[in-house]
Amino acid sequence: MDAPDPATPGPAAPAAAAPAPGIALRAADPSLRTFRIATLAMAIALAAAPFAGIYPVFLMKALCFALFACAFNLLLGYVGLLSFGHAMFFGTAGYVSAHAAKVWGLPPELAILAGAAASTLLGAVTGALAIRRQGIYFAMITLAIAQMIFFFYLQAPFTGGEDGIQSVPRGRMFGVLDLANALTMYYVVLAIFLAGFLAVRRIIHSPFGHVLKAIRENEPRAISLGYDADQYKLIAFVLSAALSGVAGGTKAIVFQLASLTDVQWQMSGEVVLMTLLGGMGTVFGPVVGAFTIISLEHYLADRGQWVTVITGAIFVICVLAFRRGIVGELAEWWAKRRA
Amino acid sequence: MADDTILETRGLTKEFKGFVAVSNVSLRVRRGSIHALIGPNGAGKTTCFNLLTHFLAPTRGQIFYNGREITGARPAAIARMGLARSFQISAVFAHLSVRENVRIALQRARGSSFDFWRSESVLRAFDGRADELIDAVGLTGFEATAAGELPYGRKRALEIATTLALEPEMMLLDEPTAGMTHEDVGRISALIKRVAANRTVLMVEHNLSVVATLSDRITVLARGEILAEGDYAAVSRHPAVVEAYLGTSHG
Repeated sequence: MDAPDPATPGPAAPAAAAPAPGIALRAADPSLRTFRIATLAMAIALAAAPFAGIYPVFLMKALCFALFACAFNLLLGYVGLLSFGHAMFFGTAGYVSAHAAKVWGLPPELAILAGAAASTLLGAVTGALAIRRQGIYFAMITLAIAQMIFFFYLQAPFTGGEDGIQSVPRGRMFGVLDLANALTMYYVVLAIFLAGFLAVRRIIHSPFGHVLKAIRENEPRAISLGYDADQYKLIAFVLSAALSGVAGGTKAIVFQLASLTDVQWQMSGEVVLMTLLGGMGTVFGPVVGAFTIISLEHYLADRGQWVTVITGAIFVICVLAFRRGIVGELAEWWAKRRA
Repeated sequence: MADDTILETRGLTKEFKGFVAVSNVSLRVRRGSIHALIGPNGAGKTTCFNLLTHFLAPTRGQIFYNGREITGARPAAIARMGLARSFQISAVFAHLSVRENVRIALQRARGSSFDFWRSESVLRAFDGRADELIDAVGLTGFEATAAGELPYGRKRALEIATTLALEPEMMLLDEPTAGMTHEDVGRISALIKRVAANRTVLMVEHNLSVVATLSDRITVLARGEILAEGDYAAVSRHPAVVEAYLGTSHG
């Protein structure tokens, strides 16, 4: 075989030779049957959890973050783009939903939709600016935009600054379900989470998802087949932002609060941590990751700042020893055992 | 421009910092022909190829396809116009099965690629056509194999099947037989001959026996410039060509 012409950088070569870092670590996708059984088991376990004495507010918090992490994983695990500003979508939806419910008096379902619509719009604008960059540059641009958004919310009059938007009414879902009842609220959140979770799986396994997979595996080849790769990435980015918005809006209704915490860069970092810990590019990984992190924060709350140190240590251990994340490692172990 | 010209370049030039890789290349590819681009190492063949498929932007010059100027068009748009390329390194989607690889191309040509809300089961509609193409390149039996696990020669065959799935009017093949075993070279040459029956093929190729048997017309590049053009008999006797190839391993 002949060496390529010296002056030709060969746009095909580097990308094709070095697939996105996630590829080698990605566990096999579960079959449809495995996925259905596991999803059903997860749904039953979650539906029964409040009766096992687990605090519903804790569960609802974990579910909101699980959906957020699933949305984030759609971008990181399946497109290979690391956004470091995803809190802007989560937090924006929180503010918009809280404002819609409190000031405009919208019912909760419309308030959440309004929040998600705002995130979708923000996702389209941010995505259009960032999507042509790759790797660290993509992360930097998303972080920079998220910081701008953060300062906007810090200064904007309607957000309440450091206080946030407080005492947001939960209202009645569809005019009938009284969300003031903790259990009713819980099952609504569970339904939203499951819908979002299934939506992510559907996107990955849609005709569009197949194109995303092809682009991730070999972008120049996908382009040569007539696919405008950036368009597909942008759509995935917007979908991820929209689902993050659903999660953020729901959280604002649950906690009756929208605050700067959800739009800060630490939140962007936390969702990265959840996804990596659980296993990026696996459908269940982000859920496991979110529940793990939220449990740690919940049960170690009395240790104050040590929570940060402990989650940091877990992150380091995870990156060094379990690079596939919890679900990724388990799937790998299972595949080896069966082989 | 004459109707029988499908692809034409005028004064195509690509300069990299202080180095002219392709210099003033004016090329005409006749519709329905197999046209080969040959030349010693560093002659600018691959650069020229990347210019034609718009994976590189030319410094100067124009490109026309079916009489339409396409100089500034994006690579994905070129592919949608019916000008499909292959890659020098075998470019397959390694973690997708052979059938899925072909389906990705069929899917683009027949729409539905933006449908993120539909089930992937709609893609089964393409299976029949995909299997026909897989059969045409001799990969029957490998449909469910991950493309990355195929031996090299079969990856090239898969790549050609995927390119054919686009039903391109013109195919640009970048060293289709590079790195192949002797048997594979024979198989791929026969395949190219077959698929070229109703379309135009422009290929960069090193294997001169492949070039000799397949090509209707040959353009020889050296140091970024056209050295000679004609059929194999004419080109191989051309004194400048003989000189350019002398002392190299080819011939």
